[in-house]
Amino acid sequence: MTTSTSTTDTKISAPPVRGTDYAWYAAGLLVLLIVPFFIYPLFAAKVLCYCLFACAFNLLLGTSGLLSFGHAAFFGSAAYICGHALKEWGLPFELAAILGTLTAASLGLVVGVVSIRRQGLYFAMVTLALAQMIYFMAFQMPFTHAEDGLTAVPRGKILGLFDLNNLYVLYYTAAAVFVIGYALIVRITNSTFGQVLKAIRENQPRMISLGYSVNNYKLVVFILSAALSGLAGATKTMVVQLASTVDVHWATSGDVTLMALLGGVGTLFGPVVGGVIVESLQFYLADSGLPIQAVIGAIFVVCILLFRHGIIGEYQRLRGKH
Amino acid sequence: MSTQVLFGQLLVGLINGSFYALLALGFAIIFGLLGIINIAQGTFYMIGAFGGWMLLNYFGLGYWWGLLLAPLIAGIVGMALEKTLISRMYKLDHIYGLLLTYGLMMFIMGTFIYFFQTAPRPYPVPPELQGGYNLGFMFLPKYRAWVVLVSLTFCLGTWFVIEKTSVGRNLRAATENPMLTRAFGINVPALLTFGFGIGVALAGLGGVLAGPIYSVSPIMGGDLVIVVFAIVVVGGMQSILGAVITGLSLGVLEGLTKVFYAQGANMVIFVIMFIVLMVKPAGLFGQEK
Repeated sequence: MTTSTSTTDTKISAPPVRGTDYAWYAAGLLVLLIVPFFIYPLFAAKVLCYCLFACAFNLLLGTSGLLSFGHAAFFGSAAYICGHALKEWGLPFELAAILGTLTAASLGLVVGVVSIRRQGLYFAMVTLALAQMIYFMAFQMPFTHAEDGLTAVPRGKILGLFDLNNLYVLYYTAAAVFVIGYALIVRITNSTFGQVLKAIRENQPRMISLGYSVNNYKLVVFILSAALSGLAGATKTMVVQLASTVDVHWATSGDVTLMALLGGVGTLFGPVVGGVIVESLQFYLADSGLPIQAVIGAIFVVCILLFRHGIIGEYQRLRGKH
Repeated sequence: MSTQVLFGQLLVGLINGSFYALLALGFAIIFGLLGIINIAQGTFYMIGAFGGWMLLNYFGLGYWWGLLLAPLIAGIVGMALEKTLISRMYKLDHIYGLLLTYGLMMFIMGTFIYFFQTAPRPYPVPPELQGGYNLGFMFLPKYRAWVVLVSLTFCLGTWFVIEKTSVGRNLRAATENPMLTRAFGINVPALLTFGFGIGVALAGLGGVLAGPIYSVSPIMGGDLVIVVFAIVVVGGMQSILGAVITGLSLGVLEGLTKVFYAQGANMVIFVIMFIVLMVKPAGLFGQEK
């Protein structure tokens, strides 16, 4: 009982934040720039959206330790609003994405206020149940077109100049959104605000006694995470030209959890790795005739049983950076 | 509006409430005893229903055998999973337990969809329970009355076992303080396995009962489990009786909403959860720790 697991193993914990490593960021940017010359740009753009979604989800789980099982609600609602703004109102993508992000943020405020009243498992259940409510609303509201979803959403032009139907323009726009979102997440995680959140996760009673209004901190990070998830969802609608009930379904919340877990919860880069793997799996398995859902489930189980720190998390442990 | 419609929906609500109560009860037992959020509770409901269907179609065993064996199958599958996989989660952060059962749910559901597709398969009402009673104000199918009766019997029976018998006393002791219970020579790990088996067998029972009404399909438990979550949150997480009462009454409320405001029927339970969380975060029957 005592030998197999060390005490640090029992908590979802993030390694301490390192100083910015500029060489890695430069390499990452370079990879982002050359990717569309090797991989189908539309697919790469879609993957980036899900990577940003996973990073946004991880912002909440990694810093505050709160597992939200309803992040599809933010992703999906922004996807719908952005799609509606593009298609029915004819707004440019920039404005539509901002609208979607704001929608997700306000939804995050409502869901956050209710759910942070409970902790741990209760929090996960409440977010899941509230997200399911949004899912049913997506069926009822007139503008979502129920099962059909919003199809053939026009992409329009970015900055009023470049046609987003050009796949390279499309990819670099998505990449720009991803970089902005990722930079924000890095900044938030490394800020004093991020440090306070980690302290709350480690020892909430002490932080309360030190005079921190713990719930306000949690609420703010919840809203930030929801808003960034929304940004990802809005961009995804523009990229794949579709917003449907799949985006708000609980399976999407599950997928994003797997991405973060597989890459490494609490690591900054982990969710990106997880996002690439999960999305690629779904893409390449789609033709193989294998049951994708079962494969994803099996990966989930194996991941939890064998490497809970995720790929990047385990790598950092091996390198002794932990 | 005719009373026919009103009582008809009331009955549907009562039936759904029976399923909610069975699943929520099993869920509450598992959560109280193991500290595991069993997202796969709906999957065991599906396994129960498929168990009955398979017994009928592959072995020619009828409804009554199904009713007896399918919950046992669900329970045994559950106990095997607890022994091999879920028991590894007890020492870890509780979140991993939730994620593990989520992965199991995806795996089992995905495998069933692969082999059986999502189209519903009929599972006939047994000849003994066909037909119904004319109550004057409404027609009551025998089978539906039977479902409510069986669910209530099992819910109350489970409550009785937990509250009034020595097995239940051990279970409660293990929930309260596992270390101390072990010190008294009670085999707590075996008790946990048993408790998990009971919890999912109740879901399996719900599944067989639901077969003739809703047909059998791999996706039948997927959305149901989230409603069960909401019910358990409203009732208070560890309250056995709370789960049963809340399950039944929210089922009825859902039925009534269908009559008066059909668009809101899917959402009413979640709205109630929202309100309860604002007013009494520990749930109606729960106690704040």
